[in-house]
Amino acid sequence: MKRKFLALMVAGLSATLVSGVAVAQKKYDTGATDKEIKLGNIMPYSGPASAYGAIGKSMEAYFKKINAEGGINGRQIKFISVDDGYNPARTVEMARKLVEEEEVLATVGVLGTPPNSAIHKYMNQKKMPQLFVATGATKWGDPKQYPWTMGWQPNYQGESKIFAQHLLETKPNAKVAILYQNDDYGKDYLKGFLDALGDKAKTMVIKQLTYEVTDPTIDSQMVELKGSGADVFFNITTPKFAAQAIKKAAEIGWKPQHYLNSVSNSVGAVMLPAGPENGVGILSAFYLKDATDPKWHNGAEYKDWAAFMAKYMPNGDLKDLNNVFGYTMAQGVVQVLKQCGDNLTRENIMKQAANLDINLPMLLPGVNVKTSADDFYPIEREQIGIWDGKTWVMQGKTFGR
Amino acid sequence: MNENTNNKWVWIGAAVLLVALCVLPFLVKNFRVFQFNMVMIYAIAVLGLNILTGFNGQISLGHGAFYAIGAYVAAILMDKAGVPYWATLPFSAVICFVVGYLMGFPALRLGGHYLALATFALALAIPQMLKYKGIEEWTGGVQGIVLNKPEAPFELSVLGQPLSADRWLYFYILLVTAIMFLIAWRLLRGRVGRALVAIRDHPIAASAMGVNLPVYKSLTFGVSAAFTGVAGALSATAVAFVSPDSFTSFLSITFLVGVVVGGLASIPGAIAGAIFIQFVPNIADEISKSAPWAIYGIFLILLMYLMPTGVAGMISKIYSRLRGGPAAASAGRSVASAVSQPVGGSQS
Repeated sequence: MKRKFLALMVAGLSATLVSGVAVAQKKYDTGATDKEIKLGNIMPYSGPASAYGAIGKSMEAYFKKINAEGGINGRQIKFISVDDGYNPARTVEMARKLVEEEEVLATVGVLGTPPNSAIHKYMNQKKMPQLFVATGATKWGDPKQYPWTMGWQPNYQGESKIFAQHLLETKPNAKVAILYQNDDYGKDYLKGFLDALGDKAKTMVIKQLTYEVTDPTIDSQMVELKGSGADVFFNITTPKFAAQAIKKAAEIGWKPQHYLNSVSNSVGAVMLPAGPENGVGILSAFYLKDATDPKWHNGAEYKDWAAFMAKYMPNGDLKDLNNVFGYTMAQGVVQVLKQCGDNLTRENIMKQAANLDINLPMLLPGVNVKTSADDFYPIEREQIGIWDGKTWVMQGKTFGR
Repeated sequence: MNENTNNKWVWIGAAVLLVALCVLPFLVKNFRVFQFNMVMIYAIAVLGLNILTGFNGQISLGHGAFYAIGAYVAAILMDKAGVPYWATLPFSAVICFVVGYLMGFPALRLGGHYLALATFALALAIPQMLKYKGIEEWTGGVQGIVLNKPEAPFELSVLGQPLSADRWLYFYILLVTAIMFLIAWRLLRGRVGRALVAIRDHPIAASAMGVNLPVYKSLTFGVSAAFTGVAGALSATAVAFVSPDSFTSFLSITFLVGVVVGGLASIPGAIAGAIFIQFVPNIADEISKSAPWAIYGIFLILLMYLMPTGVAGMISKIYSRLRGGPAAASAGRSVASAVSQPVGGSQS
């Protein structure tokens, strides 16, 4: 009797041990099971910024492709993407829906600076990954204060450091004039640029002017900048003003070395309206392969993307860079989940996201995704491209960390 | 006799409703509670606009601006001056009343569509003015202000659910909503209400009867703005974030949609309108990601086609059918007939 009891106990103990081992192998937080991983996403499908909705749709399409090919470590991705209309109050509501009602494992690719600002604190209080936010503000890479938030694309300060680096290499004795939009975005760019120039900033930067986003034109600023005698122009403006600046510089015959922030290097929205001939020689920064550039069309990477678009997003626009952006970001997410293996906890997701060193097909050659425990800026490298009147021609060299 | 039994049922109904409202937040998740909070907040805002548009006949496309001002006043007071959340309401109400009163002056000269455009200008201007550099120190510029959500001051557990921050806010907002509706009720069911409706329906006749048009019209604008401002202040507390992008001109149109859907010149209709503007966009988004606003539009058209006098008008019609004809509806004064009969009983 006693022996039987002992045997039972041993059996019971070993059973718990075994099951304990099994649990240790597979660890889940809410939102992950043996079969499924639930991811949340918030996009402006309606409202003024609805053009970005393509990012959410292409991410969804990519996850569909992954699911059709067997999922990640046997698990299907359930991608729940909701609309906030770019209204921060709605973003808060939607974030709470995803976290508290849908019970997702993580949120990925939430778009826009104001929407992400609105939920920054909430996500970190809830210890919910706010992974790969689709905005260029520099504040997303702050792992000490906000360990649950991580950026994705090159941040504004990082990009203006690249311009500064290029400038110091090509024109170390330049006289620089800067025009920037008077808000956080403009100041973010300016800070990165001045920081990177360091002590030289005092002597090199001879003129700084601002404009308000509500101003009708920036003509007077352009005339004043020309009058300063600068031979380099750093153009920190949003698309409408960028086009005005390029046009005005040509009109008044000012031909400086012209750096244009990537916010405004869209061919359709800026370069063509400004007059393609007016912009010849302008420099800007890039990290994605432009799907409209025929130079990529024979590469396997482009062909894979085009095949993906044809199969999973047949109505998607092949000229829309947002579709490349969403595709690439979704690949980054998949990589993080692959690295997590069977340990699908929120903590491990952030740990793996902070342990990336990969190349993705639609990033420009030399541009990589690299993070570490104190580097929450995944994409930091960019190439400088020069406008030849028809298209942006990459210069080949990669700048940045 | 009939009056007495009616009264008894009213009391029972009210008690059941009260218990239901108190238990409700403990039956659902915090996220749903948050949505209910937003419904109540929108209801106050829609009610404010309804006082102006429904009762007084002045169309405003700028009430999002008052909502924004209310929210920002509350947020700045909480963020910079450390004022407790509940104490921000009077400030928001007074400031919005003053701004609304001033806005009421041009309203005296502008009628109908012209007034709509003038107020729309206000709605367009507010998000940009909030980004103005000179006041950035207080408003936080484009980034807005992040606030802390107030925690419940005591611990409580009902049905095994704790009194979370959202549930605490629910009761706080429920109380404020009840007070605001009571104020509107007291204001609109008596002389003032009749005067407002008279101005709407026949301004010349109203002034011949001794109603001071300029005073009434600009005061109405002020009171209406104050209601919406209180709603804005509550939203700052509930959402715990304000930024210029939260208050685009579209918000103003949304409020007007709420008023029309709920029913013009109906106090309870504001609740129906608020439910519509809170939940229908979510439903539309679930149906189609490509064209959520097209779906929203279809809902709106269907609703206007099926209920041309709004939800309140529809309920009123059904009620009078049940009572056996339109004559019966106005006979008794029960809750339901009060619902159906706009204040003053003079809806045309």
